[in-house]
Amino acid sequence: MDIVLQQLVNGLTLGSVYGLIAIGYTMVYGIIGMINFAHGDVYMVSAYITAIAIALLTFFGIESFPIIIIGTLFLTVAVTGAYGWVIERIAYRPLRNSSRLSVLISAIGMSLILQNYVQLSQGANQQGVPTLLTGAIRFSVGDGFVQITYMKLMILLISLLGMGILTYVIQKTKLGRMCRATQQDRKMASILGIDTDKVISTVFVIGAMMAALAGVLITLDYGAFDFYVGFIIGIKAFTAAVLGGIGSLPGAMLGGLILGLSEALFAGLISSDYKDVFSFSLLVLILIIRPSGLLGKPEVEKV
Amino acid sequence: MSQAAGVNFKKSTIDALIAGFLALILFGPIVGVLLDGYQFNFETDRVAWMVAIVAIGRFAISSFFQTEKGIAMSFRYANSNDGATVLAPGHKSKMVWIIPLVIVIGLLIPFIASKYVLTVVILGLIYVLLGLGLNIVVGLAGLLDLGFVGFYAIGAYGLALGYENLGLGFWSMLPIAAILAAVAGAILGFPVLRMHGDYLAIVTLGFGEIIRLVLTNWASFTHGPNGISAPLPTLFGLEFKRRSRDGETFHEFFNLPYDSAYKYMFIYLVLFAVVWAVLFIKHRLVKMPIGRAWEALREDEIACRSLGLNHVLVKLSAFMLGASTGGLAGVFFATYQGFINPSSFTFFESALILAIVVLGGMGSTLGVVIAAFFLTVLPEMLREFAEYRVLMFGILMVVMMIWKPRGIVRVTRTGFAPKQGAVK
Repeated sequence: MDIVLQQLVNGLTLGSVYGLIAIGYTMVYGIIGMINFAHGDVYMVSAYITAIAIALLTFFGIESFPIIIIGTLFLTVAVTGAYGWVIERIAYRPLRNSSRLSVLISAIGMSLILQNYVQLSQGANQQGVPTLLTGAIRFSVGDGFVQITYMKLMILLISLLGMGILTYVIQKTKLGRMCRATQQDRKMASILGIDTDKVISTVFVIGAMMAALAGVLITLDYGAFDFYVGFIIGIKAFTAAVLGGIGSLPGAMLGGLILGLSEALFAGLISSDYKDVFSFSLLVLILIIRPSGLLGKPEVEKV
Repeated sequence: MSQAAGVNFKKSTIDALIAGFLALILFGPIVGVLLDGYQFNFETDRVAWMVAIVAIGRFAISSFFQTEKGIAMSFRYANSNDGATVLAPGHKSKMVWIIPLVIVIGLLIPFIASKYVLTVVILGLIYVLLGLGLNIVVGLAGLLDLGFVGFYAIGAYGLALGYENLGLGFWSMLPIAAILAAVAGAILGFPVLRMHGDYLAIVTLGFGEIIRLVLTNWASFTHGPNGISAPLPTLFGLEFKRRSRDGETFHEFFNLPYDSAYKYMFIYLVLFAVVWAVLFIKHRLVKMPIGRAWEALREDEIACRSLGLNHVLVKLSAFMLGASTGGLAGVFFATYQGFINPSSFTFFESALILAIVVLGGMGSTLGVVIAAFFLTVLPEMLREFAEYRVLMFGILMVVMMIWKPRGIVRVTRTGFAPKQGAVK
């Protein structure tokens, strides 16, 4: 029983982070109908920036934990957002009217570029960040106990906050209305005076920023990362986006939570060696059985 | 005023400054701060160089695209996505001598080249096979398969495990592995072919990763990350080892001194024959109705289905043929290496094969052959730049998609004229 509860806690935090990354996939897919294959690597870049930001902040003599966290979040989100913009500008905008295959291949190329660029500049070794936040709340359940570390609480709070802000921006602000209009009908939106290229860029920046949020949180929690971490977590976040219904924002968050919980339960109860196989198989199954996901609308191909 | 050419240098300078500033933000942390444990070292020169290169490059590009030539060029980019070159009816190529020439040179290579060159050429030929296989799936049928390495792994592990568990050698596993891979292609293909391009790509990617993870984790059967040894081919039962436990070896039978190069020579000759067979089969298939159907499906699926093509059958045949070619390549890889482990079958390998197809030209056989050699032999020769290999592949893929999405070698097709007296 305590294992199940513990895995539920772990799965909830993992799932909220998957949800954050899945937002990037789902928004980009919703607006230009492409899978941003390099999104997982944007997450990886943000993990490196997190470690660099922490190292820089401690180098300048800042000791207090809240300032380090806020400073790291701010720096990482800003720089990763710039990466999102540049990637879109270089690799995707020139292909706006090309076939889907071309854009996807370009995205795969971008993913390879990012991985190798980070590997060349930072080395292939695993890197790490120091543990900044220790301590936990414990509940005793039956014979054992369930432990919720403060770090996990912080992950949950910050990712909920991030999703809340994003939902507000999309639902209530002018920028959000522009995004939604472009998503519904790009040509119509541009006729009505919306600079759709700018909106698409903004969506990429938002996606990268959400991935950066996830990057900071996961890196602080796990402590270790290398240039290859983006691949697996990228596919899992994509699975989450598809599970929730690609193109749907609440779907991405819901899909992230479901995937995180089921993966944690699978790892705890059945086999942790095969947990990646489980996620990939889940992805394949969803795409076969219900490609529109839980909250998505079925896609009709038109001539 | 030097505005005659229409170049506005103020605009170029502003562009360059913006690009330089962005480069500073991007490269500043990742390139400029080298992590070293929880400490770090500043690497300001590297950042300065990169920012300078980006700014100057942006200035040059911005200025160039304001000249008349640049405007003409950007216009051509926007319209360069056209299809095949159609030759006149009855066109006879003047290059007919090239195929016999290549065959003769190819047959001579093992006897004149050094062992090292031979191994590199074998690797190149293995990638030609892989490229040809993926070219059927991606280039002709337009189905983006990112898990192609899975079929490669099935072929390689098929040989190693078939030898270990069933005692089957190279010659019996060669067809069996091709069939196994084709069956795997059908199993994967059947449910996923209803999906459109992007989803298919992700599912196949997941499939390739599942195969790799199972090979890694199912240690009792596959020996996990430790790998497994694979047998060498035999010539009518003669082995290419120094000593054989049962029967004679190749060098004993022919009274030759032992040389480890013999086995590479033999693998090379078999592989050379198989590559030509695959090339021939593919060449004919493209001209048959099935090949036409693949290409038609790539161009417009809905139109094909409304014209009565059975799209499931057409896609499935492409998938299975591509997969079986990948399986063949896997068998050769395993026997050539003598030892395989799951780390040879990562996603990077799939991306490399995809880069071969993309660079060579979607659907172009000649292009794929050239690209396969270019992308495998060149990195061998430029060993000191080995670490930049992946970066180059990535840049190549992006640039090719923007610049020439149909690849370097364009598909040519002989046109035809209706016969006299045909129904008009």
